[in-house]
Amino acid sequence: MLEQLEGSRAVARTVALCRPEVIPAYPISPQTHIVEALSAMVKDGSLTPCEFVNVESEYAAMSVAIGASATGARTYTATASQGLLYMAEALYNASGLGLPVVMTVANRAIGAPINIWNDHSDSMSQRDSGWIQLYVESNQEAVDTHLLAFRLAEQLSLPVMVCMDGFILTHAYEQVDLPSQEQVDCYLPAYEPRQVLDPDEPVTIGAMVGPEAFTEVKYLAHVKQMQALDLIGQLAGELQNALGRAQDGLLREYRCEDAETVVVALGSVLGTIEDAIDELRETGMKVGAVGIKAFRPFPVAEVRAALGHAARVVVVEKALALGIGGIVSQDVRIALAGAPAHVYTVIAGLGGRPITAASLRTLLRDADSDKLEPLTFLDLNHELVERELARTRATRRSGPHAENMLRDIGVVAAGPV
Amino acid sequence: MLGLAGGGEVNCMFQVRIHGRGGQGVVTAAELLSLAAFHEGRHAQAFPSFGSERTGAPVVSFCRIDEREIRTREPVSEPDALIVQDATLLHQVDVFGGLRPDGYVLINSPRSFDELGLAEWTHGFRHERLLTVPAAEISREHIGQMRPNAALLGGLAALTGVVSLDAVLHAIGDRFSSKKLADGNAAAARACHEHVLAHMQGEVSAHA
Repeated sequence: MLEQLEGSRAVARTVALCRPEVIPAYPISPQTHIVEALSAMVKDGSLTPCEFVNVESEYAAMSVAIGASATGARTYTATASQGLLYMAEALYNASGLGLPVVMTVANRAIGAPINIWNDHSDSMSQRDSGWIQLYVESNQEAVDTHLLAFRLAEQLSLPVMVCMDGFILTHAYEQVDLPSQEQVDCYLPAYEPRQVLDPDEPVTIGAMVGPEAFTEVKYLAHVKQMQALDLIGQLAGELQNALGRAQDGLLREYRCEDAETVVVALGSVLGTIEDAIDELRETGMKVGAVGIKAFRPFPVAEVRAALGHAARVVVVEKALALGIGGIVSQDVRIALAGAPAHVYTVIAGLGGRPITAASLRTLLRDADSDKLEPLTFLDLNHELVERELARTRATRRSGPHAENMLRDIGVVAAGPV
Repeated sequence: MLGLAGGGEVNCMFQVRIHGRGGQGVVTAAELLSLAAFHEGRHAQAFPSFGSERTGAPVVSFCRIDEREIRTREPVSEPDALIVQDATLLHQVDVFGGLRPDGYVLINSPRSFDELGLAEWTHGFRHERLLTVPAAEISREHIGQMRPNAALLGGLAALTGVVSLDAVLHAIGDRFSSKKLADGNAAAARACHEHVLAHMQGEVSAHA
């Protein structure tokens, strides 16, 4: 049924429909509304049988999730930002042990400087953690993707992160068509674990593995991720049949057929990009977009098929790999090895800076006329940077950059000079 | 449906920006407006300005309404309508930034634009679309609290016609689980709607 819902609430209600049995969670903005809603549903008995565990940290949340999942319970949690970093060690254990935990990451920047706004620094920092990563564009896609995530995780015995832009999606009210319990039950059968801690048939999970087999265990984990490339498309097809609405598989193409310039991006910014593309198309510019939904595993063949004919590929990234630039664009370059396309990296939307259609149009016009630099920081305030550099040149003890620059632009919270 | 007050475009996105202070229901106002538009079978997107808002700090929320799916996610920088829930923001924050020349403004204040020191600013805008309403007093009368958000939405419905009063009342009924709060806010929205209509009719007869 169509409802006008906050993104967080839509996700919480969807997760509840997936019948999770254990939810260990620790609140952090902008994830909080999701776990608050689930906690309330467990407390009022509308989500049962399910145990909500109030843990003392994200490290504990993922550790409890590992334990719960190992006993054969369908397990869900959610986090963001520093919380995801605090989980890092346990994330590798969940994936290394092959435990199908599903986790929502309400994407948010990583400090310092402390910042609670959206970008993709958190989940990108865990791209090699062995978790499958799916990025969603809208709250409807967030809802549908959580159903797919549980199926995918449990079929492969691998954990899955559903990455949704914090605040931009989690706090947005828009119309969402939630599935019925019958639809969910039909699509998502009860969890049948491949390995389980069972007192009646005792096993250990988590052996120490030396050089004799460590590579083989890791290799197998890689093979399982690669299997997801086929499985995601298949499960998206089944989901489309179950829900009666279109589902993207690994990626989505938008007006790409004859496009000479193609934008690549992940997550909610794709909506703004599609609007900008429509406007530029009206001026005759041959421009399109590819939204990458599955970032891990990375769909090399599909990305190459979608971008191989483009002259220019502009990768708009909401995370920055200090010392090199892009993260997604490295993978895009691998996919395009030998293809004629020039690949440009654009760092945009860091720490919640809005990515506007106006800035995107200017950017794409520059790309179209081959005026784009290989690495661009969208809407960077060069003057602000130059003034801070001048201060650092003027005196040795010039002080912290963050405070100096806030004072420079007149943010009151920076305090007196 | 759109632009009843001034014969604006049809089938075009309508964007609203709401200014207020933490604790005044600024985010709820945008949510309510989106619910009202949803009840009319339209697409609507509401979201807050994101941040660690504290009680009393300036807060902004946004609502877009369209006949088509809304894809953009950027903040509303060129609003068709502005609601200012707290007039003390007028000289602290650039609340009018980006307002379209044919835009609507509804300010919660018992004082007029001139009395608020805004006479000069109003040049170039359509005066019949700029209005102050004593929404705080109206809300205190009907809810017993200074919560002008629902009242102002009743006023916005009258001023712009972007949503109907019925849809606003429907949204209020859906949003507030306490019957007392729902009824109080509905009464405040109705009263503010009447206040704005009366003012607009006064304008028309004054110019007739």
